[in-house]
Amino acid sequence: MISQVFILSSKGDHLIYKDFRGEAGKDAVNKFYEMVTALTGGQPPVVMKHKELHFVHIRQGGLYWVATTKADASPFTIIEFLNRLTALVKDYCGCLSEKSVQMNFALIYELLDEVVDFGYIQTTSTDILKNFIQTEAVSSKPFSLFDLSNVGLFGADTQQNKVAPSAAATRPIVSSQGEQGGKNEIFVDVIERMSVVIGANGVLMKADIEGEIRVKCYMPSCSEMRIGLNEEFSIGKSQLSGYGAAVRVDECSFHQAVRLDEFDTYRILKVCPSQGEQTVMQYQLCDDLPTAPPFRLFPSIERDSGGRLLMYLKLRCDLPPKSLSQELSSPDQSAELQPKNKAVHWEIPRFPGGAQLSALFKLEVSGLSAASLQEVGPVSLSFELPKYTSTGLQIRFLRLSPIQPGPSQRWVRYVTHSDSYTIRI
Amino acid sequence: MPYLGDEHTVRELRRALSNPNVQADHLRYRNTIHRVIRVMSQGQDVSGLYSEMVKACATVDIVQKKLVYVFLCAYASLNPELSLLVINTLRKDCSDHNPMIRSLALRNMCNLRLPGLSQYVQQPLTVGLKDKAACVRRVAVLGWAKIHTIQPTTGIDVAVVNELYGLLRDPDPVVMVNCLRALEEILQEEGGVAINKPIAHHLLNRLKLCDVWGQSEVLAVLQRYRPRSEDELFDILSLLDPALLSHHAPVMAATLRLFLSLCSTLPAVCMSALERVRGPLLAAAGSTSRELRYAALCHIQLLLRSEPGLMGEHYKRFFCGYAEPPYIKQNKMQVLVELVNDDNVAMVLDELRGYCTDVNTETSQTAINAIGSIGRSYTDRCLAILTGLLGLKQEHITSAVLQTLRDLVWVCPQCGDAVCSALEGWEDNLQDSQGRGALLWLLGVYGDRVTGAPYLLEDCIDGVRSEVSAEVKTELLTATLRLFLSRPAETQDMMGRLLVYCIEEEVDMCVRDQALLYYRLLHCGIEEVRQVLQGGRRSDPSLGPLIGRPPEPISQWASSFNTLEPLTLGASTVGNSDPATPKPSTLTPNTLTSNAEAMTPTPGDPHLPDCSSGALSLSVSPALTPEEFERLWLQLEKGACLEVCVACPVPRCSPEGLQVALQLVNIQTLAFTPPNTHPWRVYLYTHTSHISTKTPHTLILAELLHTGGEGEKEEEEEGEEEGEGEEEGEKEGEGEKEGEGEKEGEKEGEEEGEGEEEGDKEGQEEGDGEREKEKGLLVVMRQHPGDQTALRGFLSVLTTVLHTLSTHTA
Repeated sequence: MISQVFILSSKGDHLIYKDFRGEAGKDAVNKFYEMVTALTGGQPPVVMKHKELHFVHIRQGGLYWVATTKADASPFTIIEFLNRLTALVKDYCGCLSEKSVQMNFALIYELLDEVVDFGYIQTTSTDILKNFIQTEAVSSKPFSLFDLSNVGLFGADTQQNKVAPSAAATRPIVSSQGEQGGKNEIFVDVIERMSVVIGANGVLMKADIEGEIRVKCYMPSCSEMRIGLNEEFSIGKSQLSGYGAAVRVDECSFHQAVRLDEFDTYRILKVCPSQGEQTVMQYQLCDDLPTAPPFRLFPSIERDSGGRLLMYLKLRCDLPPKSLSQELSSPDQSAELQPKNKAVHWEIPRFPGGAQLSALFKLEVSGLSAASLQEVGPVSLSFELPKYTSTGLQIRFLRLSPIQPGPSQRWVRYVTHSDSYTIRI
Repeated sequence: MPYLGDEHTVRELRRALSNPNVQADHLRYRNTIHRVIRVMSQGQDVSGLYSEMVKACATVDIVQKKLVYVFLCAYASLNPELSLLVINTLRKDCSDHNPMIRSLALRNMCNLRLPGLSQYVQQPLTVGLKDKAACVRRVAVLGWAKIHTIQPTTGIDVAVVNELYGLLRDPDPVVMVNCLRALEEILQEEGGVAINKPIAHHLLNRLKLCDVWGQSEVLAVLQRYRPRSEDELFDILSLLDPALLSHHAPVMAATLRLFLSLCSTLPAVCMSALERVRGPLLAAAGSTSRELRYAALCHIQLLLRSEPGLMGEHYKRFFCGYAEPPYIKQNKMQVLVELVNDDNVAMVLDELRGYCTDVNTETSQTAINAIGSIGRSYTDRCLAILTGLLGLKQEHITSAVLQTLRDLVWVCPQCGDAVCSALEGWEDNLQDSQGRGALLWLLGVYGDRVTGAPYLLEDCIDGVRSEVSAEVKTELLTATLRLFLSRPAETQDMMGRLLVYCIEEEVDMCVRDQALLYYRLLHCGIEEVRQVLQGGRRSDPSLGPLIGRPPEPISQWASSFNTLEPLTLGASTVGNSDPATPKPSTLTPNTLTSNAEAMTPTPGDPHLPDCSSGALSLSVSPALTPEEFERLWLQLEKGACLEVCVACPVPRCSPEGLQVALQLVNIQTLAFTPPNTHPWRVYLYTHTSHISTKTPHTLILAELLHTGGEGEKEEEEEGEEEGEGEEEGEKEGEGEKEGEGEKEGEKEGEEEGEGEEEGDKEGQEEGDGEREKEKGLLVVMRQHPGDQTALRGFLSVLTTVLHTLSTHTA
């Protein structure tokens, strides 16, 4: 059970404070901030204890979301609850930021009141909550041209006509009637996170994919949605058949609301999505990627005669080239030395498939020796690949039944993020 | 947080709230209240507005009502009298036709937390329990729990308690779960809600209807239920089994906890449950939420304590991501150390080597520590990496490496040579006192083998005046004295200087006392000094791999699974990957000696023969492939062959532990059967040579065979029914499935039977001696070319290892 829930900004401003059980005083908020800022870098901050009170917190959107408890509660429950709370706030307010929380404090109090009673979690389902929540969200971000620069966040490409409006994914699910005009939209995102380690000799040492299918639904009522996956989709090693064209994952789990009666034969997921965002399927694939890793690096590190460190990096993108990218001008890259992190930050705004980029960095290092060359590395890439899944998972179709009255729009988006893409030197 | 103009804001808000024009305008009134709440959540004290807000409560606007309630609940305790005024409005709302208003009023009535109001609240709550809207019933049920907390002394009416029990059968799952929660609180003194068979089965059947939060709570309550029979137990388990694979971490964790508590007497079932949750736990450990990752990692560490091999093949999932926060990286490294085996050691070390140069110093230190821990089993590879790191000449890396080396040579003295050669020609001047302490310790112990040791010590002694750390000074004293024992001529003069300084000028009492102690000790004679400083200084070479923790029984940690404890534990041991690491530097020589004595085997124990000094030497190279082994084995069948029955039990340690232990005496294990199978076999080989007589090398192939005869099996089961070692686990599980009827009685008496269990265990240990003959191992040895003395030597080495293993792990 939860004693208190509070939200603090990164500077320690109180944004939301709700006491459910009256067990602990309000000074707990300041105590928490004192403790969390006093932590040294390496200390795990997730659970902290002050006298009898446990603080469990997560960081999302630059804010501290804290729950306190006196009983020895389940850490998984509290952490998942806080994660769910952030998701709810994001669903209702559109985005997670200090500003949106500040502007929608009344809504968040109302949410907390319905979600938790006397420290016990009552419900976190948007379907139930929408009957109770009366306050309307104040959108902290009115439409601005600046938003357009974010297009592409979920794989939408400005070059194409059928662009999923990226602002749509960050608007509140319960929108005021006039503004959005009751737009019936549903987004199905296939999001994969890669974590790859490539050894100094170019050998792939580890390649893991964690993927999920996420549904974000704006329809006030949606009866049933059928999501068809690749027919050759297989789970586990034993089912592999044919010539390896199959899309394979090691493990796969589904949201409990997903019905799987047609999954075994037709690879169809049936789900009645509730408003807001939910993950309907999660899957993992370890080590055995169907495609080569998307980026390869050819580094050469040496010392020049002037005692400077020379790093010559050649980065190649092994994705299939797209014809579109040819029209783009050469990418305006930038590089910066970050002395605090002891790192060189090389930013490449756009990297077409099949292209190769190179960079030469010269660094003045005091007391450079042969041994310090060993210290260079690793190279870590963080990227986002739109319209690409490394497992090859595709959504064949997306059907709503019965057909929704009025115009409805369905979007399927694919994106691969780098969870951790490390290349050793 | 006090803001400027605090008073002013309150005054202004009050004026606005009491302005009749504002009150008349719906939206303006609501906006003003909005502002009050905003000011309140920013931390300002606006309790002065209470009476105005009480007035604002009487409205039809739900949004306004909710806002006012937030305010009233926050400040009710400061204004108990004024709160009485609210009660009327609330009671009126409780009979509103809109269920949402009813539940809102009921909830906030209890949330005011005023003991004086409870008489007004009871009546609406009783009505609320019978309300036709589920949302009102939910609130009413918890309302009773709130009343109980406000006034713990006045008990809740028995009728209400009974009604709550009745509401467990409410069609709404949230009402059901809330009833459980309320009863748990109200009946806390009686040990919580009574879970009998009908209630337990009802809860289990309705489990699917609850959402994830409800499920995990119901599962937690069900832990108190004890199934009456084996059949019932296994029915429950098979019902719960799918939940082990739930992709909601809270449900999965709660289910596993319930499994572990239900099957505390069936280790085999527990083990298979652990196998089942591996997938979901790994998924949680790779979740997008870093906090969830951390929680999962902490729990994986718990699991590994009992089942070290659980995650072995998934070691890559514990490689650190570049952008992960340091606390997760450090946690993952701690897990990686546990997962190392012959197949992955190269990859793991390669990965850890990469973390050693991490920008975060704590992370790099943890990585170095981790390599040191792996070094206990894979000494050569790790030493190569560690000494290589010294070449980087990075202050924090060097310091961490020295500390790790110090800890490593303590457990694995055979790596002394490598450490000495690394110290040869040392010239760095370390700033870090921990690292300096470790360097001094190494110089003291290995001073006789490092040529430059006296010069390094002299530098330190010359600079002792500027030394701040008392720890380093005591370390310096001990190191100097030790060096004096091995190289008196070079050390005597500076030792004199050091003692004079420490006795005459030092202000730290500990350092001064230690110097005095040494001074007096030196007066007693050099032999006494030697005895104090070197007696039992070196640890037993067999200790390294044998100290390796044997798998703990699950019951050791089951009670802390899915609690906050593993997460807070992680916080306290961070940066020290292995709390059991001996820290010789912090010990004064006297305690060091006694510590070393405690660590050497007791006199009764057989000592491992020191293979380097003995007449017979074994070596594992050249290596044999399994094919070669098989060919030779068959070929030598008619040749030199010896079968001996050794009176020694099957070692209880894991196959890996046995392998490491045998490797230490240069016997290579080629193949073995899994621990619990009958017959249990191990195939070994080694090359022998006599140092003294220069006879040609011989190759010995051996098979250890434990058949486990019929009579013995019976006895084992009798004696070890209650045993908790994993070895007996599976057998026992099967046995219980067959003989459920007999064992039922035992099951029920289990709570009070704990003491008995202890007794049983002791009895078992005593019985070990008697059964040794039956439990004996058959050793079949084949040799090429034949050499009886070598064979006998090999056999004696082998038996000592087996004995040591069984005494250490039994």
